[in-house]
Amino acid sequence: MRLPRPQSEQMMKQEDQQDSAVPPSKRKLDTSPSFSSVLNRRDVLKGAAVLLGTTAVQAIAQRLSAETGPAPEDPTKVPGGPATPYGSRSTFEQAERLVKPDRSRTPLHLLYGIVTPSALHFERHHNGVPVIDPVRHRLLIHGLVDRPMVFSLSDLMRFPAVSRLAFIECSGNSGSEWQDQGKHTVQEIHGLTSTSEWTGVPLAVLLREVGVKPEAQWMLAEGSDAAALTRSIPLASISDQALICYAQNAEALRPEQGYPLRLLLPGWEGNANIKWLRRLKLGMKPFMTREETSRYTDLMPDGTARQFTMVMEAKSIITSPSGGKRIQQPGFWEIRGLAWSGRGRVARVEVSTDGGRHWANAQLQEPILPMCHTRFRFPWEWDGQEAILQSRCIDETGYVQPTRQALLSVRGSNSYYHYNAIQSWHIRQDGNVQNVHI
Amino acid sequence: MSRMFTSRSRAYGLVVGIGLAMGSLWPLPVVADEGEGVYHIGRPATEADIHAWNIDISPTGEGLPPGQGTVSQGAAVYAAKCASCHGPTGTEGPMTKLVGGQGTLTTNHPVKTVGSYWPHATTLYDYIYRAMPFTAPQSLAPDDIYSVIAWILHQNGIVPENAVIDAKTLPVIRMPNQEGFVPDSRPDLPLP
Repeated sequence: MRLPRPQSEQMMKQEDQQDSAVPPSKRKLDTSPSFSSVLNRRDVLKGAAVLLGTTAVQAIAQRLSAETGPAPEDPTKVPGGPATPYGSRSTFEQAERLVKPDRSRTPLHLLYGIVTPSALHFERHHNGVPVIDPVRHRLLIHGLVDRPMVFSLSDLMRFPAVSRLAFIECSGNSGSEWQDQGKHTVQEIHGLTSTSEWTGVPLAVLLREVGVKPEAQWMLAEGSDAAALTRSIPLASISDQALICYAQNAEALRPEQGYPLRLLLPGWEGNANIKWLRRLKLGMKPFMTREETSRYTDLMPDGTARQFTMVMEAKSIITSPSGGKRIQQPGFWEIRGLAWSGRGRVARVEVSTDGGRHWANAQLQEPILPMCHTRFRFPWEWDGQEAILQSRCIDETGYVQPTRQALLSVRGSNSYYHYNAIQSWHIRQDGNVQNVHI
Repeated sequence: MSRMFTSRSRAYGLVVGIGLAMGSLWPLPVVADEGEGVYHIGRPATEADIHAWNIDISPTGEGLPPGQGTVSQGAAVYAAKCASCHGPTGTEGPMTKLVGGQGTLTTNHPVKTVGSYWPHATTLYDYIYRAMPFTAPQSLAPDDIYSVIAWILHQNGIVPENAVIDAKTLPVIRMPNQEGFVPDSRPDLPLP
């Protein structure tokens, strides 16, 4: 005997109001004849709670066993786990950052699409990740402005907000490749680049609010970390896309990414995107901090050093197959990778499977956004013979990612930062993939 | 009422302006031609707000506090606060080498130290105060900072043993690599 349909629906509605965490599978149970035909509505809910309790215990036990042992032989034969307040990935997924105390690298070879999960965004900090109370945090804007101002986080959140996807790349990314190749995997070599959706106030809006004086040409940005990291930013070349961010991938910034506030200068070297931002000071000249004199300057073969080399030039990396992996067998393998440019959009990515003798266009995955990782793919039939896989990015300005030889011919091998040459992966006959310089 | 109206008008104008600017370089500096902001959010900074955080030191010495230091005082400060990371004479490391390296920038093994690479002596004050010692940043007194700067500069052969470093003498010190920096000239590679 079944309940009339309307009453059953009403009961389900009631449950939704009582406890939205009750999974749909439970609701089916609650409307089964053994419950609904003999009990009134209140008793049904009581019974459901008891049953839910039992199921939750089972689910927790099952989850524990999933962490320590195999998955159930047939997951359709045992109830799954309950809803959780903050989700976590499958216990079978192991992608992790490669960690040193002051940095960690994104596992580019294990990711899909263009967005880097917040928990896997690369890190670089100069004296640890600070713990900052967002209620006490302030942004001070002063110097050559009409109205020196202090903003709380809740103040900043009231301004018109903008979201944009943008990569951030450490200027030291791939830097090991200036010298002989000592690193093997795409994560070790190129893992200091990541993409997130960033949300915050346009810098232009805040500068308008304080009234920048006409003689101001530079802006000092300072962090609230134990390095009080500072960079001087040339106002004239800041893009209109600069943001003061409080959110990353729809959540508050991660602590490693500057919680609760950071500067975003899309396309510019990572360290200029000051994290834990507490102060902006407008001035006439660069402030010549340690980070733009003794660090983050690019030594040339003639002994001079380039200063304020902000833009991250076009680059692309084949992430699969890539160093340290083994191609299991001849046959079809899709070549996959990421391309980006600090000067705008990726116009084209070309792939070579013969060490640069022949090039063909890769397929670009939409969306293709300025100053953002762009996913490319290229169909490839591996014949089981030796091969050298390469990709090169051409951005919308016409800039072509250089060969290693061309880059070193201009800059030597001691400039440390801004290495963006073509990466070569050598496929051996046994399928092993190695980083090579050709 | 009238203030509300003008604020809204300005806000509307700004939104349109940002919309038009999308995809092109933002023509900075944004010059305010009015005596107030658009959104009236935030509060005016007080002198105390600014004083508490205004710790940067310019190459012309703006921001340098009163106080002074000598090479011999600096030797003691360095030994107590710095040597464990930078080595007994500043050349050993394990962290950044501070002394030596002059003449190496064009070699295959450039050693970038205060003496061989840093263009401005004032940066020493700025950086040592804001970030050093690594385990206790912003803990050194001005006299200690001026002293340790005197010692580092002397070790590099930039100031004599009897040098006194203070807000007047520091900005006029000529660093060996002061002219060593050039603007970014990229893109610097010919098309293939």
